[in-house]
Amino acid sequence: MLSNDWAIEARGLVKRFDGFTAVDGVDLSVPQGAIYGILGPNGAGKTTTLRMLQGIIDPDSGGRRILGADRPHDVAHRIGYLPEERGLYPTMKTYEAIAFMGALRGLPLAEGRRRGKAMMEEHGLSYAIDRQIRQLSKGMAQQVQILGTLVHQPDLVIFDEPFSGLDALNQGKLEKMIRALAAGGTTVIFSTHVIAHAERLCDEVAIIAGGRVPFAGPVDVARDRIPAQVRLETRHADGPWRAALPADARHEGALWSFPLPDTGVEPLLRALIEGEAGILSLSIERAGLHDAFVAIAGEAAARALGQPTQEEAA
Amino acid sequence: MIHKGRLSTLAGAFVVARRDFVAILWSRSFIFFLLGPLFPLFVGAMAGSIGAHVENAVDTPQIGLMMAGEDIDAMLTARHALEPALRDDLPDLVVVARLHPGEKPDPRAALADKSINGGNLSAIISGTAKAPVLTGTPGRLAAWQGAVSLIAARATGHGPDVLPDVALAPTATSTAAQAHNRVLTAQGGQTLLFLLTMLLAGMVLSNLMEEKGNKVIEILAAAIPMESVFFGKLFAMLAISFVGIGVWAVSGATLSMAGWVHIPELVTPAVGWPLFIALGVAYFAMAYLVLGSIFLAIGSMANSVREIQTLNMPVTMGQLMVFFFASYAMARPGSAIEIAAMVVPFSSPFAMLARAAMQEGLWPHLAALGWQALWVAIFVRGGAALFRKRVMKSGPQGTGQKRGLIAALMGKK
Repeated sequence: MLSNDWAIEARGLVKRFDGFTAVDGVDLSVPQGAIYGILGPNGAGKTTTLRMLQGIIDPDSGGRRILGADRPHDVAHRIGYLPEERGLYPTMKTYEAIAFMGALRGLPLAEGRRRGKAMMEEHGLSYAIDRQIRQLSKGMAQQVQILGTLVHQPDLVIFDEPFSGLDALNQGKLEKMIRALAAGGTTVIFSTHVIAHAERLCDEVAIIAGGRVPFAGPVDVARDRIPAQVRLETRHADGPWRAALPADARHEGALWSFPLPDTGVEPLLRALIEGEAGILSLSIERAGLHDAFVAIAGEAAARALGQPTQEEAA
Repeated sequence: MIHKGRLSTLAGAFVVARRDFVAILWSRSFIFFLLGPLFPLFVGAMAGSIGAHVENAVDTPQIGLMMAGEDIDAMLTARHALEPALRDDLPDLVVVARLHPGEKPDPRAALADKSINGGNLSAIISGTAKAPVLTGTPGRLAAWQGAVSLIAARATGHGPDVLPDVALAPTATSTAAQAHNRVLTAQGGQTLLFLLTMLLAGMVLSNLMEEKGNKVIEILAAAIPMESVFFGKLFAMLAISFVGIGVWAVSGATLSMAGWVHIPELVTPAVGWPLFIALGVAYFAMAYLVLGSIFLAIGSMANSVREIQTLNMPVTMGQLMVFFFASYAMARPGSAIEIAAMVVPFSSPFAMLARAAMQEGLWPHLAALGWQALWVAIFVRGGAALFRKRVMKSGPQGTGQKRGLIAALMGKK
């Protein structure tokens, strides 16, 4: 049963193409006003999932509710969408392209033109207002399309790989724009295979691998799926303290690294001191989203191939 | 925040149609579209001119005479006497050989000899005026047997001496002539309809190629229902075609008034000219919408521009088949073939336009237009459903499978 408490809720979405299962039972719950990341390697099913959520394509099975509506087109005027394959009419002027995208979402054309010009000025693109799309660089055209995605001031913005094609400077500007949208109450959902963006921006993420979602939830919870890593440097290479280290501890010279034991840091510290390790430095590093992503996606891939996960193998 | 709310299917179609209409109107392809009718007219005029020249050179019937001198003189005098009354029904007579007494003619050799009369002899009369022998191909013999017999009869004094004048009382029409002329009007209407839809089909495919190339289709599909996208594209092209027809009509009228072109006079169709023209416009719209909705549905499922280009040939062949079917049915009023042509949605506009030329009555046309509109809606809905179901794949796909348009059309999963 789908509820209205979420900006997007999907249950058991399945999509097959030519005998290939692109999406295999995806469940998602995107909170209102959140910045939500959909992470996954290339070909994981991110784009197909986003397309099904918006009604561009029909799922073979499963249900979805977007902004409280069962039929996505009923709330299309409240949604902005930047597809992965950028598309604009080459002979259109930039502000006309923005106005056209607004008109498709119910914004009157004249108002769209006015807003289009204003937005271009606001984002430092005033010199390109009268240019045709074909006269722009790929990155600039992408910026115009992003403005077209937002011109009707949607309540939900869906970006599919929004950072690809942008230089570092414009990636930073886009991150700032996404934060500003969320601060204004807009729900932002974006897909990416570059984890750093999601780590900096997202409240919650869903990790898609092989058409399934092995993890969905807050970023902190994802990171907590991987135990913190202990980095230890000792004066003595060997001694009774070695018994306190887990079996899978790795070392390069006097520098050791191993997952923080379930018993915590205090028993470990006590054992090291009593074992006369001669501690030079000891730090505990929380796992990053990238590590969590690699581990979770890797486990999902192993399960899909019928192989034991690292945990099971251990 | 200005939110006009969700766009209805028609409002979404209008947004797409407005964009497409303006873009096409200012594009080079519209210039070619306007010039399109000139090419068949030019080719037709050239072919007609060449054909007339060839006909004049080859088909003017000339029959050679290989007879004794007195028979030849009698035959030529008889032909001259009959000419005022029979005009074109008599062949030209050309002297090939005046035979000396006892000389045997060889008509077959004379017909085969290209040096005689420039090789332009349809047949040879030999023998005598009393017992003429006509040598030639069976078709020529059948055509000229009677005329040669009449000339020979007159030459030997057995034909009519006086051919009385026949007073002529022309009438505007007769029932037989009217029926025949209305068939000509129907054929003209069907041909015009066919040429227009063929021109437009090419434009629809070009437009689809543009859409595939610039990848805007996903933005459209996300914002408005695919039905709106299809209807918008169809209506934009229809509006463009009306602009084109307007330009052609004004140009034709101007050239006609200037006396540069002659517009053939057609007999008044059964429903009258105003209604016939109105029905012509409506059936043109329907013929295009039925065909265009199918093209859009198939074209939108194509994975590449090349796939769309390969559609060109079957599309043109399909249009020709529909045209021939409707033309064939027109000649069989009241038959099962005609009813089938009126019912099949692709041929229905052509068949019904022919009916408007030949038979009175408005209600069958209203019913037919409703029927055709229903099929447009079905094709658009079906195309949109197929698009949502089978198009817009991304990422890796199954290997060793049929993909793209063919797979989509075959329903391959």
